[in-house]
Amino acid sequence: MKRRSLFLNTTATMGFIFLYAPMIALVVYSFNKSKLVTVWGGWSLKWYGELFRNDQIIDAALLSFKIAFISASVAVVLGTMAGFVLSRFRRFRGKMLLAGWISAPLVMPEVITGLSLLLLFVAMEGAFGWPAGRGTSTIIIAHVTFCMAYVAVIVQSRLSQLDETLEEAAMDLGAKPSSLFFLVTLPLIMPAVISGWLLSFTMSLDDLVIASFVSGPGNSTLPMVIFSKVRLGVSPEVNALATLMIAVVAIGVTAAMYQMRRQAKLLEKQG
Amino acid sequence: MTSTVTIEPQPDSVPAASPQTSKMPLWKQEGAKPFLRIENVTKKFGEFTAVDNISLDIYKNELFCLLGGSGSGKSTLLRMLAGFESPTSGRIIIDGVDMAGIQPWKRPVNMMFQSYALFPHLSVEENVAFGLKREGLDRSEVKQRVAEMLEMVQLGHLGKRKPDQLSGGQRQRVALARSLVKRPKLLLLDEPLGALDKKLREETQFELINIQEELGVTFVVVTHDQEEAMTLASRIGVMNHGVIVQTAEPHDVYEYPNSRFVAEFIGSVNLFEGRVIEDLPDSVRIDSKDAGAVLFVNHGISCAPNQKVHVALRPEKTQISKEKPEGQQNCIKGVIEETAYMGSLSVYRVRLASGMEVRVTQPNTTRDLGARLTWNDEVYLYWDEDSSVVLTS
Repeated sequence: MKRRSLFLNTTATMGFIFLYAPMIALVVYSFNKSKLVTVWGGWSLKWYGELFRNDQIIDAALLSFKIAFISASVAVVLGTMAGFVLSRFRRFRGKMLLAGWISAPLVMPEVITGLSLLLLFVAMEGAFGWPAGRGTSTIIIAHVTFCMAYVAVIVQSRLSQLDETLEEAAMDLGAKPSSLFFLVTLPLIMPAVISGWLLSFTMSLDDLVIASFVSGPGNSTLPMVIFSKVRLGVSPEVNALATLMIAVVAIGVTAAMYQMRRQAKLLEKQG
Repeated sequence: MTSTVTIEPQPDSVPAASPQTSKMPLWKQEGAKPFLRIENVTKKFGEFTAVDNISLDIYKNELFCLLGGSGSGKSTLLRMLAGFESPTSGRIIIDGVDMAGIQPWKRPVNMMFQSYALFPHLSVEENVAFGLKREGLDRSEVKQRVAEMLEMVQLGHLGKRKPDQLSGGQRQRVALARSLVKRPKLLLLDEPLGALDKKLREETQFELINIQEELGVTFVVVTHDQEEAMTLASRIGVMNHGVIVQTAEPHDVYEYPNSRFVAEFIGSVNLFEGRVIEDLPDSVRIDSKDAGAVLFVNHGISCAPNQKVHVALRPEKTQISKEKPEGQQNCIKGVIEETAYMGSLSVYRVRLASGMEVRVTQPNTTRDLGARLTWNDEVYLYWDEDSSVVLTS
């Protein structure tokens, strides 16, 4: 193999340090015995034990997983539909509008998305009494809104790579559009759909800003609980919690990457 | 292909013809009913006219080839038959039913795609079974028909494989099996042999013809390969710029092309431009500056006096010799510029005094190198008066 240049090596090392040093520090300190966050007192799993005895955190974690699961599942259905419409329908009125609409949540600052959703929910409650107050369901709706955009983009790009003659062949063999979609198109875009789900799941789990706007009292998600705890001073317990979250997110992202690579291989084989 | 499986012919596939005419192909019989009728079909994409007012009748059990270069509209025509495109104007009638507004999944037509379009997530068996399952047949019948069809294309042992575990030739057979298993009335084939290497193509060509004869399905094949069209087809429709230039049997397309386009598109040809100087009912004389001689053709043509025409002459029908031949009406002189020895035959490029280059191919009948013509030899080219064709367009 060719030796890499000094410049490339340095850049790569710097990059990794910037990205991972904070996380490594956090992970290491989560195993700290000492009560003081910044003083090393030897290895211990004590804060993990404390963490699991803390009902507030466990409840928030369960709520976060529930929200992430439901949002990801709904977002995958809606996002796949949107991606399908964008790549398969010929020009129709409002196609540009729909495309812009779908990519808007990707570029919109979260504060604005959160605020606008909050205003919408309040206005809706005033107009026809639903959603009554804010809570789990409003967080789910908000998460579906922005996760769906990611799913739509992933699915659309997969569909545009897909050989359209496969769908023509299915029609030619007697498949009506509905069975064509479920028997041919969906299995072929499945890797993209799965990676879209995983990405949505991690993003929902991660979200603090939007959830803060649209959640109600007694519906704090895990990031919200962490954030409020940190404001009162960083406790080693939070370090342990953050380490677990990093683990979950890392698994989710790795799985999504694996799916995408598998999909790329599938495409190569096809070609 | 040897097959032990017999597939019952469609009940109405035997043409109801009287004993005298039964030997004659349907398209030559007066009043024979076409199976597929294309009536004044035009297809426009925006300003571009892909198919320009084509009318064509194709008969039962035919293996009809649409031959043309890229952009000639042949694929668009095929896609309209399958229902993926709808004609801008005109009608397509299959077995007496107007196809207007009938969706692809409801047509009695199946297509074999150029890319084969096998479903990568399904096994060979599942690919072939796909169409039958859509008809709602019961499991045992689907299984039996898939097995029969795979046996016919000699892939019975590979049913469990995925398409990406097959060779190009095997994929082609799966695609063929999948398109035939529904027993369509009409099978459309888009460049069926395009992706195969030369040796495999030749074998597959004959298999296709055998299958077509065995099943009695009407085939419409689209191809840009003239050799493929010549060996496969019962009739060829030569297409150019969205129009069918000539429809005829392979032999007639080659020996009696109706235009310069067809003559040049199919095989190679030498074209001498000239003017008609003597126009008799059964012969014409043409004064050609290109040839530097008056050429004699022993068939009459319909043309205006003094009209500009082209005399088309195939390279293999041209004789070449160092000695001036006796009693030949058509004889011109030139110098050999290039020769190519190709084993069974030799190709000569001969420069005439007019500057025109004539291509001549001759079979190598002896092994004697010494007798062979070579560069800068002065030679006479001659041909029989019935070897050339006069083209007025």
